[in-house]
Amino acid sequence: MPPYEDYKTAADRQNAIEQILRQHRHNPDALIEVLHSAQEVYGHLSRELLGHLAEQLKLPPSLVYGVASFYHAFRLEPRGQHHCTVCTGTSCHIKGGTALLAELERRFGISCGETAPDGSFSLDSVRCLGVCDLAPLAVLDDAIISAETIAALADRVCQCLAEKNSTGKSP
Amino acid sequence: MTRDELREKFRCAREARTTAGLRISVCLGSPCVATGAETVLRALRESYGDLAVEVIGTGCMGPCSRGPVVRIEDRSGGSAAYYEKATPTTARAAVRAHLKGHDTSQGRLPADLPFMIRQQRVVLANSGICDPESLASTLENNGYAALLQVMEKMAPEEVCREISGSGLRGRGGAGYPTGTKWELVRTANSRRKYVVANGDEGDPGAFMDRTLMESDPHRLLEGMAIAAYAVGASQGFIYVRGEYPLAARRLRQAISEATRAGLLGRHILESGFSFTIRLRIGAGAFVCGEETALMASIMGRRGQPVIRPPYPAQRGLWAQSTLINNVETFGCIAPIINQGAGWFRSIGVPGSSGTKVFSISGDVATVGVMEVPLGTPLRELVAMAGGVSNGSFKAAQTGGASGGCIPASHLDTPMDYESLTSLGSIMGSGGLIIMNDQRCMPDMARFFMRFCQDESCGKCVPCRAGTEQAAQLLHRITSGDATEDDLAKLEELCRFMHDASLCGLGMAAPTPVLGTLRWFRDEYEAHLRAGGCPAGVCDRERKPCHL
Repeated sequence: MPPYEDYKTAADRQNAIEQILRQHRHNPDALIEVLHSAQEVYGHLSRELLGHLAEQLKLPPSLVYGVASFYHAFRLEPRGQHHCTVCTGTSCHIKGGTALLAELERRFGISCGETAPDGSFSLDSVRCLGVCDLAPLAVLDDAIISAETIAALADRVCQCLAEKNSTGKSP
Repeated sequence: MTRDELREKFRCAREARTTAGLRISVCLGSPCVATGAETVLRALRESYGDLAVEVIGTGCMGPCSRGPVVRIEDRSGGSAAYYEKATPTTARAAVRAHLKGHDTSQGRLPADLPFMIRQQRVVLANSGICDPESLASTLENNGYAALLQVMEKMAPEEVCREISGSGLRGRGGAGYPTGTKWELVRTANSRRKYVVANGDEGDPGAFMDRTLMESDPHRLLEGMAIAAYAVGASQGFIYVRGEYPLAARRLRQAISEATRAGLLGRHILESGFSFTIRLRIGAGAFVCGEETALMASIMGRRGQPVIRPPYPAQRGLWAQSTLINNVETFGCIAPIINQGAGWFRSIGVPGSSGTKVFSISGDVATVGVMEVPLGTPLRELVAMAGGVSNGSFKAAQTGGASGGCIPASHLDTPMDYESLTSLGSIMGSGGLIIMNDQRCMPDMARFFMRFCQDESCGKCVPCRAGTEQAAQLLHRITSGDATEDDLAKLEELCRFMHDASLCGLGMAAPTPVLGTLRWFRDEYEAHLRAGGCPAGVCDRERKPCHL
């Protein structure tokens, strides 16, 4: 599926969802695959979307919501225009990843898992990306950012974000 | 592809090996890609992509923190030169120096670097050698030779016997004998059977399975196909952690290429044996590494474990007999078939045969992936990684959130299943985190407990409530607000969680606490007094409770 910015109209998105369901032959066992793809189309999984998928897969809405809310990868709320994920795996933790998250929470005034009120930025954490050689690290949109010290790393995140905002480029 | 065509390919590959010219390999593992390996590869292809110089992208070569890594070698033999932190400019300069016979030492890793030369690569034999995005490259390196041999010469029960004879034990953590598991599924009375590869490598600090899936996906497919042949399955699943998009992409490509070549799918190598593999992408739940939770997730449900027995071999996916092995376990299968059970058993130590891939990270000079015989002392592994950085060795964490730690007094511990268990730790999947003397052990315990609290599926009370209470007690300890009584409560709670939780996650959640208490009780006690943390970590970084 193309990423969600590529869909121009609501009808395009609906068509994409129908295509996903057909690909999986409306098989209820493919729920997680369907949710992954649907999230790519819409950016997040709204209540309405989950309800629609439940109906199409002939599953109880409670079960679909239960699965969507169980897994960390599924977002029930829209993300910010730019998104930062801080790795808090073991290697990152001992090298200050947890302190980095606290620092970014302080600088942006939002907690981990939240989106800024204007929708411009959201912050999240992940337990190990498996690239421990770069620890500590953060991922801004799709780019890995790494630095020697926590302060320098937080500065780099802010700097990259400012660059992105000034060029007006979406993630 | 017919069997004769496959044999012909192996023969051509043997002849091609004697061709003259340089081969340049650029590591395309995800750490190297993150530091710019693709740009290096593109630049080298543009400059030297002709017949005399072969330029290929390969899987992981090992020393990830020195990436992007480039290897330059003579195709007709001779030693390989490794270059670290390559950029288009430095890589081009190195190739030029090789072509013109100039000084090639700039940016070159020492030829006797322990990290490289002391490894024994069995599972990762083709990682960093073959192009993971090309079946042809895999076939050149003997890929699928074991599948061919099994289908031509061995009956299913002989395959199971061979695997049992090799002494191979599950590489996912528990160390259950693989041959026994295969035999259970083979003899199970089930309408259909499934083979599942567990690639949900969720332990923080573990990246061995990612390395294998990214570097040599066909090795996994071949191992699974042999397993399917041995147990009588016709459908397989690979469950890949959602955080590993590159591994998923390469596996998807490998599956479709192998299917087109008749090495997977219907009538494999023109026989009556059919086996198809589907990829399932995880959605970020650590508990899905537990086999019953993993099966629930494959079937599109919440990843909540159920009580065993019945084991998956008796009643697994869709109530059918199911074989679940770790990715690395499947990676051991082809070498065992190719070189024999006796050869495999001769590597390692009694009770723990073969090699093990470790991902070593934390306070070491070189972070990366290394494969050594089981039973290699921890001291040797640390030395191979270039020693401890910024201080002296304090402890090594093995087995991730379910494991314990090994203190400096036990640095000579052989890394095998039994030795680690006797120290209150576990082998686990192979993540190894080295800590120097500036690290705080109660802080580590708190970190792992918070991790388990996040990842608890919520089904059983001892784990759901226990991890929360234990994390709060540990937070009080590291904040300097705890009393002797809190410490006693923590220990009692840990024992209770271990005894009463439903699945491995809850049972093992207290292990990091009990492990650090066993070897570093003095640090816990120091936190109870004013002035707190001996390492200075907890005073320096007053963390909010939720982190």
